[in-house]
Amino acid sequence: MNSYDWLQIICFFVVLLALIKPLGSFMAHVYQGERTFLSPLLVPCENLLYRICGVKKDEEMDWRRYAGAMVLFNLVLFAALFLMLLTQHLLPLNPQKFPAFTWQLALNTAISFVTNTNWQAYSGESAASYFTQTVGLTVHNFVSAATGMAIVIALIRGFARRRTSLLGNFWVDLTRGTLYILLPLSLVGALFLVSQGVIQNFTAYKTVPLVQAVTYDKPKLDDKGNPIKDATGNPVTERVTTKEVTIPLGPVASQEVIKELGTNGGGFFNANSAHPFENPTPLSHYVEILLILLIPGALTYTFGVMVGNTRQGWTLLGVMLALLVISFGVLQGVESSGNPLVAKLGVQGANLEGKEVRFGLAGTSLFEVATTGTSCGAVAAMHDSLTPIGGMVPLGLILLGEIVFGGVGSGLYTMLAFAVIAVFVSGLMIGRTPEYLGKKIEVREMWMSIITILTAGIMVLVLSGIAFLVPAAVASMANPGAHGLSEVIYAFASMANNNGSAFAGLNANVNFYNLAGSLAMIAGRYVPAIAVLAMAGSLAEKKYIPPSLGTLPTDKVPFALWLSLVILIVGALTFFPALAMGPIVEHLTMLGGN
Amino acid sequence: MAKHTQQPQSAFDRKLIGGALADSLMKLDPRSLWRNPVMFCVEIASVITLITFVMSLTGSNREPAWFTGAVSVWLWLTVIFSTFAEALAEGRGKARAASLRKARTDITAKLLAGPEFGSASTAVAASQLRKGDYILVEASDMIAGDGDVVAGAALVNESAVTGESAPVIRESGGDRSAVTGGTTVIANAIIVRITANPGETFLDRMICLIEGAKRRKTPNEIALEVLLIALTLVFLLVCANMSPLSIYSVKATGHGAQVSLTILVALFVCLAPTTIAALLPAIGIAGMDRLFQKNVIALSGRAIEAAGDVNVLLLDKTGTITLGNREAVACVPLGGHSEQEVAEAALMASLSDETPEGRSIVALARQKYGFTRDAPPAGSEAIVFSADTRLSGINADGIQYRKGAADSAVAFVRSLGATSVPSDLGEIVDRIARGGATPLVVSRNEEIFGVVNLKDIVKGGIQERFLQLRSMGIKTVMITGDNPLTAAAIAAEAQVDDFLAQAKPEDKLRLIREYQEQGFMVAMTGDGTNDAPALAQADVAVAMNTGTQPAREAANIIDLDSNPTKLLDIVEVGKQILMTRGNLTTFSISNDIAKYFAIIPAALLSIYPQLGVLNVMHLASPYSAILSAVIFNAIIIPMLVPLALKGTRFRPMPAERLLIHNLLIYGVGGIIAPFVGIKAIDLVVGLLA
Repeated sequence: MNSYDWLQIICFFVVLLALIKPLGSFMAHVYQGERTFLSPLLVPCENLLYRICGVKKDEEMDWRRYAGAMVLFNLVLFAALFLMLLTQHLLPLNPQKFPAFTWQLALNTAISFVTNTNWQAYSGESAASYFTQTVGLTVHNFVSAATGMAIVIALIRGFARRRTSLLGNFWVDLTRGTLYILLPLSLVGALFLVSQGVIQNFTAYKTVPLVQAVTYDKPKLDDKGNPIKDATGNPVTERVTTKEVTIPLGPVASQEVIKELGTNGGGFFNANSAHPFENPTPLSHYVEILLILLIPGALTYTFGVMVGNTRQGWTLLGVMLALLVISFGVLQGVESSGNPLVAKLGVQGANLEGKEVRFGLAGTSLFEVATTGTSCGAVAAMHDSLTPIGGMVPLGLILLGEIVFGGVGSGLYTMLAFAVIAVFVSGLMIGRTPEYLGKKIEVREMWMSIITILTAGIMVLVLSGIAFLVPAAVASMANPGAHGLSEVIYAFASMANNNGSAFAGLNANVNFYNLAGSLAMIAGRYVPAIAVLAMAGSLAEKKYIPPSLGTLPTDKVPFALWLSLVILIVGALTFFPALAMGPIVEHLTMLGGN
Repeated sequence: MAKHTQQPQSAFDRKLIGGALADSLMKLDPRSLWRNPVMFCVEIASVITLITFVMSLTGSNREPAWFTGAVSVWLWLTVIFSTFAEALAEGRGKARAASLRKARTDITAKLLAGPEFGSASTAVAASQLRKGDYILVEASDMIAGDGDVVAGAALVNESAVTGESAPVIRESGGDRSAVTGGTTVIANAIIVRITANPGETFLDRMICLIEGAKRRKTPNEIALEVLLIALTLVFLLVCANMSPLSIYSVKATGHGAQVSLTILVALFVCLAPTTIAALLPAIGIAGMDRLFQKNVIALSGRAIEAAGDVNVLLLDKTGTITLGNREAVACVPLGGHSEQEVAEAALMASLSDETPEGRSIVALARQKYGFTRDAPPAGSEAIVFSADTRLSGINADGIQYRKGAADSAVAFVRSLGATSVPSDLGEIVDRIARGGATPLVVSRNEEIFGVVNLKDIVKGGIQERFLQLRSMGIKTVMITGDNPLTAAAIAAEAQVDDFLAQAKPEDKLRLIREYQEQGFMVAMTGDGTNDAPALAQADVAVAMNTGTQPAREAANIIDLDSNPTKLLDIVEVGKQILMTRGNLTTFSISNDIAKYFAIIPAALLSIYPQLGVLNVMHLASPYSAILSAVIFNAIIIPMLVPLALKGTRFRPMPAERLLIHNLLIYGVGGIIAPFVGIKAIDLVVGLLA
């Protein structure tokens, strides 16, 4: 990294950390129903919405009703998007006359957006109409994010409240999260992105002649869309020459901002944030990274405020930040030292394959660790083209369970589940039945925390195992061997952890991946969500135990180190064999000169 | 302190080991082993390897028979080591239970028609007695069941239960009325009302508890088991996932062989948290047993664990913080009376008082003031101290001599018509009390004569124990009937954190509730019937074995030595149990890192020779690497049995330092130890193979 890179990265973190406290305390005010500077404008809107929907805003729910409302809301959202995708050709705002999605792809896409995953087995510019993008996907980007935030707020209330079964009102939390937090930030963010050159229009795509005709090798696909391979397993290609190009357009800025802010990650275009219409300037690049990390980071402060000890929040943020910075360092280090095999061919320097050079190596590395550490999944580079260890960094961040800042809401609640496990073991080690934030950790909390942190990992292990036994799934892989194995692991890791980014090279629009992936996304989202709410319900009913000298402080460095260790050990023990047969062996093979 | 007749046994007593070995084989029965789900999975794994071994013998498995055979043997040993640890822990209890059972052998009881001496008696077997029956117990009879003395007083030898050979007095009324089945009356006769049906008596419960037969898992143990089961499930899936991944890798690279079932099963057992799962039952049983060695019976495992969490200890001053006996050291006259007059009045008020305080006043009057009288005058009426009047004394020849706390004495003389009390009374009482002594006001009829200075002696070394407790975050509260000034002085001397002065039984109950509402876990000791409500309310309630039946019923821990400072030992054992569990869990999971480095390169070497660099221990061959990991995983269990039985050493220190200390030993140690161990075993295996 040169001095400019250092300066950019340091400035970035300074700005991020400076925003944590103001936004975090604003969110705490919002969710506690206190007055904020937006209240004069938004309280009437909020009350009007409640009147229309028949929500009694002071009526609180226990965890069952809260979870029930959450599931019901998500079912309705899913159904709406599923039908919209199936009837896309009949709906307005479709200048390119895109046909309807197949039911498998519609199912996968609807689940993907409702679960905040934004796994895309289609290319936005060649499959989704403007109506689908705006009324369908963008709306889901907002409400799936607000759902995640509502769940974590319910969990925080579980820690903060004493001897009650009530966790708040889901509809109110959902409305407030959207109205006071996501919408205003998106509005400001979208205007800023437009100022940088992100497009926002509803015009039809433009076809323009190329200045110079281009000839390239295009992989041949069979009629199912799978790459055709020759006897040695390499894809068969054909030569094509093209003289003109179609430039896709659309209402990008409005979707771009919530794609990052809500850690959704579903790009308007297939190239996602590497596309100049989505991410035109270095400034827009850093702002987009900032948007990704902003709410998950600030929620730790909201947590601290609501449980009455902001140091608790800073501690969790410290753990997240440390893991993010370490991941960034590793990725940046291996990518800048490049690929020895390429170096042998006389091309010295960093590995720039698959990167958008406008953002530089450091900017790209930061974007990739941010997007995979959170459950965002927007990309500014092709993860498939990273060096083996470089590719293991985003994969590892996803496999850790999306807790390095993590998804909006989901990141913090998964982190809190890890904290419960860490507290349990460390509590035993100091000779006390464990307690966290003054609440005793007992059998129920253990079950729920374990379900929260292990569901995604279990889905990855089971489904990737099945994938290698299903011939159709193996046929989807464009790259044979260890790299292909990484692609499949990455695909399921991404879906089960609701990330949505992909290691390209795998044709995911086949029935197996669409259906198995749908299962992974549903399980990865709702099983932990409901477990978290159940834990919140049980915590809220407990009495508060004041800390004493015998209580392990959970707002200091030793606990933060222990928590980081627990996270890393759980991740490493669960995925070491799979990683050994994927990126690790690929790396060793590369070093061996093959 | 008299101890049990048994000597403290080392963890590996020869006779115990023999019995435990037999029991450990019995425990392999899947119907009993499924209670420990992790070890149940290991047993299934052992069966699978046994099958692959047979297949290797017949040539239908590509691995050499010596390898599958050895893996199978060591997997079976892993299960046996675990059942052995549990059996060994139980064995020590069983030996004690057997000696207790002897005390319960067929006793014949003399069933009475009514609760009076002289009612008709019939001989019945102890097993026929029911709650509410009255029995007569005479000298050299064994008491047939738990009960309360309703008439008479007797000297009882309770060594069968307590191990204490000195006999104790049991008498009707008061706080020493409870008797335990299986104990023997040495002198006199008593009538006992039976309070427990056969099979529910104290002795029965004790035998059950010690044997561990009816041991129920504590909530904390279940929570830990949840974690272990979840980890086991994940590792099962990790191993299952390796199979298709390796099949694909073989296809993709065109060489090597998929990871075999034997290796997958071996990997699974090594990764599963077998070390802690194997020792978990032993830790709990051994904890109870350690308490029993200290002559403390925990009526549930939950109570011991709760003891580890206690943050408030309510301690009676007398006998716990101070030596039981206060001594009279001086008489201070008031209102124009002489020291001699005060001493005489005090002597009269104490003549029928058999408490140590009373006796010390008599001694003072004789030694310092030259009085010779040592018995109350004929025809006098003794006034016994009661918690409500808080006065004692004598009515002799129409004169009422009283001694007691200042407020009680003043109230008493006023009730007799006194219009004023000596003006310097308050000052003198305060001065004595501030010095940590107890001012005992002496009155003769309606006139206050003076004050006797009763000095309290704080036990040596008690301050250090309270300091330790404070560093563990435990607050000590002294409970005393003394006035606030005396209490404050003693509290300061003993360095307790707080005190409750002039405490009545209901004050204790209120105090416990207050602390509990603030979220504290409260422990207390008690022996009297009036302590029973407070005992029932406390989270950890220790009853003295000399205490009354209601007190023993209300408590969840019984101290056979009736030594109130035992509470500190109980807290320590409670913490030890939890710490041992936590430390071994961390150790068990940390071990997995080394096992991965041993097994993964070995298992995948034929597909990816490059992975050989992960063989950082330079283990001789893939087979010896896997076998070494399996052997290490098995033998670490018996190696840790002594730790599980004795418990992690407990050092009082703040939580954070304790965590770092234990993480360094069991976490970092847990990472390093298997690297060394597996390498060493591999060298041995290499020599043999």
